[in-house]
Amino acid sequence: MFDENTPYAVRTYAPEVLIKALQKMYLIRKFEEGAEDSYTRGLIHGTMHLSIGQEASAVGACMSLTDDDKITSTHRGHGHCVAKGADLTKMFAEFFGKETGYCKGRGGSMHIADPSKGNLGANGIVGGGLPIAVGAALSAKRLGLDDVTVCFFGDGANNEGAFHEALNMAAIWRLPVVFVCENNKYGMSTSIERSTAVKNIADRAAAYDMPGVTVNGNDFSAVAQAVDRAVTRARKGDGPSLIENLTYRWRGHSKSDRNRYRTKEEIAAWQARDPIVRMGEMLIEHGILDQNGISKIEAAAAATIEAAIAEAKASPDPHVDQATRDVYSQSGAAA
Amino acid sequence: MNAPGVPETRELSYAQAIREAMDIALAEDERVVLMGEDIGVYGGAFQVTGDLVEKYGTERVIDTPISELGGAGVAVGAALTGLRPIFEFQFSDFATLAMEQIVNQAAKLRFMLGGAVSVPVVMRFPAGSGTGAAAQHSQSLEAWLGHVPGLKVVQPSTPEDAKGLLLAALDDPDPVMIFEHKLLYKSKGRVPAGRYATPIGKAAIRREGRDMTIVATSIMVLKALEVAKTLEAEGIDAEVIDLRSIRPIDRNTVLASVRRTGRLICVYEGVKTLGIGAEISAMVAESDAFDFLESPIVRLGGAEAPIPYNPELEKAVVPQIPDILDAARRMANGQV
Repeated sequence: MFDENTPYAVRTYAPEVLIKALQKMYLIRKFEEGAEDSYTRGLIHGTMHLSIGQEASAVGACMSLTDDDKITSTHRGHGHCVAKGADLTKMFAEFFGKETGYCKGRGGSMHIADPSKGNLGANGIVGGGLPIAVGAALSAKRLGLDDVTVCFFGDGANNEGAFHEALNMAAIWRLPVVFVCENNKYGMSTSIERSTAVKNIADRAAAYDMPGVTVNGNDFSAVAQAVDRAVTRARKGDGPSLIENLTYRWRGHSKSDRNRYRTKEEIAAWQARDPIVRMGEMLIEHGILDQNGISKIEAAAAATIEAAIAEAKASPDPHVDQATRDVYSQSGAAA
Repeated sequence: MNAPGVPETRELSYAQAIREAMDIALAEDERVVLMGEDIGVYGGAFQVTGDLVEKYGTERVIDTPISELGGAGVAVGAALTGLRPIFEFQFSDFATLAMEQIVNQAAKLRFMLGGAVSVPVVMRFPAGSGTGAAAQHSQSLEAWLGHVPGLKVVQPSTPEDAKGLLLAALDDPDPVMIFEHKLLYKSKGRVPAGRYATPIGKAAIRREGRDMTIVATSIMVLKALEVAKTLEAEGIDAEVIDLRSIRPIDRNTVLASVRRTGRLICVYEGVKTLGIGAEISAMVAESDAFDFLESPIVRLGGAEAPIPYNPELEKAVVPQIPDILDAARRMANGQV
């Protein structure tokens, strides 16, 4: 039986659902490591923004979403894609600029979307997805659907005008949207203390008359609990919420980052708070998995990623004579 | 009485024609919503939406807060997920606050996502000078947006086209930006009843002529037609082309006309440098139509200055009828 100390996730989700969540967290971790390794090998053009250390936030926030529910994501969006059910081979194929990638090689790491799974896409513009998420929620309300939109964004976006305009409109129109801020402490090199007037980003919810809560973003159960409650509220027609997941990116902002704005000690301290290790410990403690089972999940994730990379690498490149395809719809081609 | 099959036409103002298009769209398609600042009970800053809110309610004629960036982004997100929003900027100048969503999102989402999505959003921009509203409420920024692949940009000059291009924009799966000159809102013309679409990307020859081609946009079409009338009395036969769409541009109509007339004047209200006239001129210079030119090309565009307040100064910085007339006479006399 569960008691009051049993974590929300264990009380709420069946063991097989929790095991799947851990599998997804490992897939994200291995995906990011595979992406980093591919970059080092020169397989990836451009840059990328890795979410290693933030896996609990991505997976926890998507627990109660269906394929009809929408997400909008960010430049650090690989984890959100995986959490929302993206195909890993198509993701790697996109990184490698292949015709078989999610964006047929036209978008790259910062633009992966999967409308069939409700993923409206990552975004290269900080704050770009916030008003779009509100628009998706407006559609759901107008079209009489009970879809909810979860809008991921980082701490950096909370000082963009788009953040304030989007939260205000979501509130005045009581739209079914959940704003999930992944506060990983730095907008590129600028710390939240140096950039943001309030102590907690969730405090800004008060300005828009919506619930705001700050949770440990490395605690899968805490994230799932906060977002599930907000999703339920949104689905009932009670309007938006703001959730702040306190987390940390282990890697630099992008591949050009020399980590001069933070210390090795700080990074090590956060690595000791690994969200995947924490999730595994929770599942062991409640008899859902043992260490051997966890090791198997990790190994399976690594093998899945290795296979996805191999398949993606072997995929065809786009034809250069089609460099300007898809600017307009077929029926509306412009000169 | 109209002959069978010939649509009934009525005399409507440009603003009434746009309102009629929105009324038709709202009536026939539940997915259509209007969004913008003060478009509800106020009726819009230029009374274009008028009383549509009374007919369709505040859920479909949505007053937004003064949040151009967010509002435009909501329209983009809504278009991405099944609605057909028509977003009104109160003044086209305020689009500068929303450039992120227009240029980075609406224009590029389809391409960036490999064709997986469309953004069927329509945005309306009351534009242009002549109202004494000075530099931040009088600009003609259509060439800015015309520079962005992924957008379509139109400038209706008649009530008939204002209605037809708006309905065409709603039928279009891609984002369409409609620049409406504020001084045209009260202009009148015959407008067919019911639903019809004016094709996007097709120019209209408003007056045929043999001696020179005047390519004009928006309100400059009306001025060019006045000029052509005066020139006719002087024995100069000017062809007037209403460009209607600046992205895509109807290259064939322009080049064919220049091949016939051998002379080209471009008239537009936006700033002359790096503007629509530069594009039209280059299009001719890069084509075989260049061989038919009997005179250097002339561009008449906005001055290299913000729009001033004083009415005489305001008129002085955009092409007026005497400016066009003067340029045409000089060209006809070989004085260019």
